[in-house]
Amino acid sequence: MKLRLPTLSGRSAVVGVPYFWLLLFFLLPFFIVLRISVAEMEIVTFKDLLTYVEGSLQLKLKLSNYLFIAEDPLYFKTYLNSLFYAAVTTLLCLSIGYPFAYFMARAKPTTQPILLMMVMLPFWTSFLLRVYAWKGLLSDGGWVSNLLIGIGADHLLLFSGLIAAEGKFMNTPFSLIIGMVYTYLPFMILPLYANLAKMDLRLLEAAADLGCAPWLAFWKITVPLSKAGIIAGSMLVFIPCIGEFVIPELLGGPQTLMIGRVLWDEFFSNNDWPMASSVAVVMVLLILVPLAVFNKYQSQANEVRK
Amino acid sequence: MNATGAFPKLFGKGWLAAGYLFLYLPIIALIVYSFNDSPLPTKWGGFTTKWYATLANDREMIAGLWLSLKIAFFTACGSVVLGTLAAFSLVKFGRFKGRTLFSGMVNAPLVMPEVIIGLSLLLMLVSMQRWLGFPERGALTIWLGHLLLGLAYATVVIQARLQDMNPSLEEAASDLGAKPLQVFMLIILPLISQSLMSAWLLTFTLSLDDVVLSAFLSGPGSTTMPLVIFSRARLGMSPSINAVATVIIAVVSVGVIAASYWIAHNERKRSREMAEAARA
Amino acid sequence: MAVNHVSVDIERGEIFALLGASGCGKTTLLRMLAGFETPTSGRIVLNGQDLSRMAPYQRPINMMFQSYALFPHLTVWDNIAFGLRRDGLPKDKVAEKVEAMLKLVQLGKYGMRKPHQLSGGQQQRVALARSLAKQPQLLLLDEPLGALDKKLREETQIELVNIIEQVGVTCVMVTHDQEEAMTMATRIAVMSEGRIMQVGAPSEIYETPATRYVADFIGNVNLMDGSLTADHPDHVIISCIDCTHYVGHGITGVEGMSVSVAMRPEKLRLTRERRQDSPEWAAGHNQARGTVKGMSYFGSFTVYHLQLPSGQILRVSESNTERHREYPLTWNDVAWASWSPSAQVVLTA
Repeated sequence: MKLRLPTLSGRSAVVGVPYFWLLLFFLLPFFIVLRISVAEMEIVTFKDLLTYVEGSLQLKLKLSNYLFIAEDPLYFKTYLNSLFYAAVTTLLCLSIGYPFAYFMARAKPTTQPILLMMVMLPFWTSFLLRVYAWKGLLSDGGWVSNLLIGIGADHLLLFSGLIAAEGKFMNTPFSLIIGMVYTYLPFMILPLYANLAKMDLRLLEAAADLGCAPWLAFWKITVPLSKAGIIAGSMLVFIPCIGEFVIPELLGGPQTLMIGRVLWDEFFSNNDWPMASSVAVVMVLLILVPLAVFNKYQSQANEVRK
Repeated sequence: MNATGAFPKLFGKGWLAAGYLFLYLPIIALIVYSFNDSPLPTKWGGFTTKWYATLANDREMIAGLWLSLKIAFFTACGSVVLGTLAAFSLVKFGRFKGRTLFSGMVNAPLVMPEVIIGLSLLLMLVSMQRWLGFPERGALTIWLGHLLLGLAYATVVIQARLQDMNPSLEEAASDLGAKPLQVFMLIILPLISQSLMSAWLLTFTLSLDDVVLSAFLSGPGSTTMPLVIFSRARLGMSPSINAVATVIIAVVSVGVIAASYWIAHNERKRSREMAEAARA
Repeated sequence: MAVNHVSVDIERGEIFALLGASGCGKTTLLRMLAGFETPTSGRIVLNGQDLSRMAPYQRPINMMFQSYALFPHLTVWDNIAFGLRRDGLPKDKVAEKVEAMLKLVQLGKYGMRKPHQLSGGQQQRVALARSLAKQPQLLLLDEPLGALDKKLREETQIELVNIIEQVGVTCVMVTHDQEEAMTMATRIAVMSEGRIMQVGAPSEIYETPATRYVADFIGNVNLMDGSLTADHPDHVIISCIDCTHYVGHGITGVEGMSVSVAMRPEKLRLTRERRQDSPEWAAGHNQARGTVKGMSYFGSFTVYHLQLPSGQILRVSESNTERHREYPLTWNDVAWASWSPSAQVVLTA
């Protein structure tokens, strides 16, 4: 139902404030990033693109940053790395998170709020601290480190290239993946749970009535119906993972260079703003497609609610 | 449900237990080691509370905490206000011009990597500073960044509640003589108040915990607590971090459990009353 | 187009029903009166005042919603007081009116309860009290009994009409349930596809439907197609495929014209033998022979389905005036349906 406001100005004010805010602080910055990515860096800040030289306007576009990115194998590999780890994290989160959400949704109705609360609780505590805790757990003598050595898993990990040396679990692809999966697991579980909890169980009863084995009904009915939840959860994990910085920084190592880290270094260490901007622009291009998928899902989900 | 259970119950319970163990392992470790009397983080040296004493004297950390709390407070307030406006527009104004762009901009910060948001916002603020002379990088700029993120989260929460609300309620209020602003203040606002509270708490937590945006947008003298922790964590292990962590965990746990219990209690009371009314 | 060229006058103090199937435009019309929809053209005039441009909160009209729309966070008392407070009435006046309303709907002791603490029927009474509190010039009811089960519906119908008449307010109601319209309304407008088919008192609509649609929509009806074979000022004869009709009044038309004849099932009688005991029956009119193909027992009456030679089924309703009466008629029996010259309604549309 459209709420009729007596004057157009009433409406405009309500939409206008957040709209203007977003245009100013979200959209405009992107254009600025674009602009700076083709500018020249000058000591502490960047040079203007347009300058007056002897009375006439001169436009200086420095596209060399983009060329550099395209040509330098390091950047290419880093982008690939980021996509790779984001994908691996998403798949692992899905494999662990889907059954988790499923069993949560099928638990007794009185138990479910407690289960949900227990998933939310870590989410509300600082993620930085929990990632830091993994440092301790995976360092020499840490609980998980000892456990893995105890069950001989370190040989398997060494063999598969996930760790570099026996017994050393920190600053490896393994520690990075554990950290990422750990942090993003709730982001996968929550939308999946929301979706699975709403599923009409009578559909499964109908399937059973028609002679379908429960296992088959799971694959043919439950999973397809939860498609929206799978997509939402995957997008909520995949997209931010690509540009993740904190976890690779604390738990990752030389093998696991990701693009978030590169951007950070270009900006803070090299003080090369145009370079950092170029890296950012390419990153945005990378996530445009999944971002569009996510936005489409969001509006679809809102339509369905109506 | 047994007839339709695709998996044995034990398997389900086992999976959940393992999952929760995974989720809570770091939290337990933090708490345990905050009482560890040993300079080495992984060797147990006996029980002590000295790290808490160190924490109390840790000026840098306490200053950071104080700053973070202030910024978080204003982030939460701003996010709820902006989020309500945005959610209202998206739910009640139908297909207005520019709606797709608006909806895209509101949703994007939810998934966009923070390094991108941080970098772009910073560059814009620097440009603004060049052109207009302000703002200086510091608490204000951090607040702006957190607000952007908070707006996205708050809108999602509030929008969900607004859509579930019976539209006839607003029509009834209007029919009885309430002007649009009165409809909002007297009917809509009270009914979405719980989601406003959730949005406030959510954005407060988000702001309190944020590292990347704060790093990009901070200035001299505006080091937030996560930044303090982060710079120390990069260098190595620091036991006082465990102490801080335990304090935060304790506060959050009490809060979440209390809130959950209170909500559940109200739900039960309501169901009871409805059942009684139906019998009467 | 939801509402297409509708023009209607509503009398003061009457209960006017908009009746029709879903999608016929009745709800849209009601919402236009309330102010929630804007007509593209036309005017709404109430007591000489043109309301067309007014917002809902400016109109002296109040509506009772199908879902009741009680404010869940307010008590019953505050719900009823809501509209009065928006008018800026002083506290004591508000209290006076709210108490009067609670008394009217017999919920005097429930003032402090919240909506979720009330049963469905009680909630409805609160909704009614709330919509009457401001003594509106027009009361709108949107499917007032839709949410109730059959037993409750009958009781509530009477209660509702009593309260409305006691207050004396003019009322427009929307319903898809013809029984509801017939019992409660003083006049009914039958709507279909955005247009009004017929306006009239319930008996008028039932006994003298103006079109096939109306005849078919209200109650059950037997419709037979035929042509006018004899046109006289005081009677006409219509030939149908299974029988001929002698209608005891004149109609405007020409001989040879196609018409439909509508007859209500309760106006027909079944007998084993052909009847001769009236001039029309003796002459062979107003009777049809057929085979009993179905019987439905409704407790107080039974409906027989009589299949005529052309295949058309005639519905005949006989009331069960005696318990366990021996019914001679059963499936596949041959029987005659007969009716009087005043039983038919001749329709040209």
